[in-house]
Amino acid sequence: MTGNKTLFDRLWDSHVVTDLTGSGALIAIDRIFLHERTGAAALNALAEAGRKVADPARVFAVTDHIVDTLPGRTDQTLMPGGQAFIQETRAAAKAAGITMFDVNDPDQGIVHVISPELGIVLPGCTLIAPDSHTCTQGAFGALAWGVGSSEAEHAMATGTLRLAKPKSMRVKFTGRLNRGVTPKDMILTLLAQYGAAGGKGHAVEFAGEAVSALDMEGRMTLCNMATEFSAMSGFIAPDNKTFDYLEGRRYAPAGADWQQALASWLVLRSDTNAIFDQEIEIDASAIVPMVSWGTNPGQTIGVDGVVPDDAEAAPLEYIGLARGQTIKGVPIDAAFIGSCTNSRLSDLRRASAMFQGRKIADGIKAICVPGSSSVKREAEAEGIDLIFKNAGFEWRESGCSMCFYAGGESFPDGSRVISTTNRNFESRQGPNVRTHIASPETVVASAIAGVISDPRDLMKSELI
Amino acid sequence: MAEPFTILTSLPMPLIRDNIDTDQIIPSREMKSTGKTGLTDGLFAGWRYTEIGGREPNPDFVMNDRAFADSRIILGGTNFGCGSSREHAVWALAEYGFRAIIAPSFAPIFAGNCVRNGILPVILAPEAIAIIEKSAAPVTIDLEAETVSLAGGENWAFPIEDEAKSMLLEGLDAIDLSLKMSEEIATWQDADRAARPWIYLGANA
Repeated sequence: MTGNKTLFDRLWDSHVVTDLTGSGALIAIDRIFLHERTGAAALNALAEAGRKVADPARVFAVTDHIVDTLPGRTDQTLMPGGQAFIQETRAAAKAAGITMFDVNDPDQGIVHVISPELGIVLPGCTLIAPDSHTCTQGAFGALAWGVGSSEAEHAMATGTLRLAKPKSMRVKFTGRLNRGVTPKDMILTLLAQYGAAGGKGHAVEFAGEAVSALDMEGRMTLCNMATEFSAMSGFIAPDNKTFDYLEGRRYAPAGADWQQALASWLVLRSDTNAIFDQEIEIDASAIVPMVSWGTNPGQTIGVDGVVPDDAEAAPLEYIGLARGQTIKGVPIDAAFIGSCTNSRLSDLRRASAMFQGRKIADGIKAICVPGSSSVKREAEAEGIDLIFKNAGFEWRESGCSMCFYAGGESFPDGSRVISTTNRNFESRQGPNVRTHIASPETVVASAIAGVISDPRDLMKSELI
Repeated sequence: MAEPFTILTSLPMPLIRDNIDTDQIIPSREMKSTGKTGLTDGLFAGWRYTEIGGREPNPDFVMNDRAFADSRIILGGTNFGCGSSREHAVWALAEYGFRAIIAPSFAPIFAGNCVRNGILPVILAPEAIAIIEKSAAPVTIDLEAETVSLAGGENWAFPIEDEAKSMLLEGLDAIDLSLKMSEEIATWQDADRAARPWIYLGANA
C-alpha cells in the first residue's frame, strides 16, 4: 500500500469520535469485558452514580480471576471472601443486562482465551477490559488494552474512552524460530534486550517473518506480554490465519456481514512506507529458550546463560541466586502451566509431547490449568489430560488460578516455581514464592528433571 | 469526583526502586473488599509488615518511619505502577493520603488510574529525584505551572497531558465530561453502525 500510515493509525483513526484538547481524542469502544475480581466494583459504582450501561449487548463478564480451579467448584472459593466477588459481580451483571460466562458455564474460561474462542474480539475493533493482559487480543488486529475500573465504568457509560494517542513502535522478528523455541521466548527476548519499560508510551505492532509464521495462539502469547513491556498495547496485522480462526465463531459476523467485514479487515496493515516513532528488529533464528532470573519480566536470560554480572542486589536477594550463576540446574519445587499467556490447546499439546512417558521428578508439585473450559474439553478429547496426570501433574478446571495468589491457594512459602505465567513479581504466586517464567516446553523439561532445564536437551534424542 | 489538585507541599517519602508493580502496592491477597475503600492496611503490605498477612510493622520499611507519617508525595523509580491494572493500588494510595508520585516514568494503566482518582503522576529525571531525596526537605508541586521545586531554589518542569492536567486541576469527573458529548457519540455510532453493522450486537443492531 502507498502512503505512510501505520496499522495503529488505522485502528486509532477509525475510532475517533471527536478530538479533545491537546493530543487526545474521544475513542469509540466496541467491546468491553469484565471479570469477577473488579466487575462488581465497576458496575455498582455506575449504578450508584445513577448511570446506565449504554449498550449491554457489547459488554461481557466472566468468572476467571478468583474462581477455584479444583473439580466440583461452586461459588465458594479457597480465597477468603471470594464468594462475594463472584456473587456481587453476577448480580450486578444481571441487573445491567450483561451476558456473563459464569462459574460452570461451558464457555467459562480466562477472558483472553474465551473472547477469541467466541469471536468477541474482531480485527479492527477496540476492546477493553480491567485486566492488563487485554493486549493479548491484539493478536487479531484489534486495538485491545487493559484499563482500570474507572475507565471500564467510563466505557460502559459512554461507549468511549478519553485517550492521548501513544507513539507507535514496530518490533520486527526476522527469520524463523528454531526447534524448541516458542513465542514466549520471543517476547521474553524483547523484554530481556529492551527492559520492562522498553515500550513505554508506545503502541506496538509485532511484524516480520517469524510473527507471520505463528498460529493465532502463538500470536496471542506474543501480544500477551506487551503490557510487561509497558506498552499501551501490542497487535498484529490480521491475515488469512486470523480470518480462518474467527469464521463461524458465535459472535463473529456471518453471511453478508462476514463478507463486508472481511473486505474492511484486509486493509488493516501498515503501509510499506509507514513511519514509526521507534523500530526494533530481532533475529528470531538467534532466540533461545528464555527463563527469568529476577523479579520483573525484563530480568530474563537464555536458559543456557548466567545471571548478569550487573544484576541488582534486591531481586537477587529475593530470588536467591548470585551474579554469574548458571540458571540451568537450579533446583525447583514446583511447576505451573496455565494463565492467559500459555494455556491454550496448542500450548498443552506441545507441553504434553515433551513427556514421552517420562514422569516429573520426585517432590515436585506440578499443576496444569487449561485456559478455558473449551480448551479443557478439547484437550481431554485428545487424551492430553491423561498424559499430564500420568506424568504427575494435577489437571484442573479453567481459570487464572495460581498465576497470582489472592489469599487462597498458593505454592508453599518461599518455594521456587517454574511457570508459564507472565509475572515473576515478589510473592506473586504465594508468600515469598520465587517465580521463574518460561515457555511450556521449558516448564515440562524442568519438571521432569527437577531443576531448571533446557527443553532442547530433551528433544535432541527424540522426534518431539 | 476527586478533590482538585493545585499546589501541594509535602516531605516526600522516598521509595526509589525501579519497576514497583501494583502487586507490591497492594497484593491481590489484600484486596478483600468488593468496593473501592477499606484498602489502606493492604498498601505495600508485602514490604510494610514483618510477615505475609501480618500487621506487625517492618521497621526497615520507609512507610513505618515516623518522619514520613504525613507524606503526601512518593518519590519512586522508573516504570512505577507496572503490572496488574488493579485500580485498588491507586484507591489504596489515595485513601492513605498520597496525592502525588514523582518518578522517571509510569506504567500507562497506573498513570491513568492516578488521574482518575486525583493523584498526580509527576515525571522527573532520576537526577532530579536524587537531588530531592538528598535534600530531605519538603517539595512543592505546582500543577498549574507544571513545576516541582525545593525551598532552596532548585526547580524542575514536568510534562503532563492537557487533558490530565485540567481533570486534576478542576477535580473533574471524566464520565460527566464525556456524557456531555452524547450527541456527538450517537451521531458517530449511527454512521458506524451503517459501516460496521457486525460491531453492534443484540437487539439494538
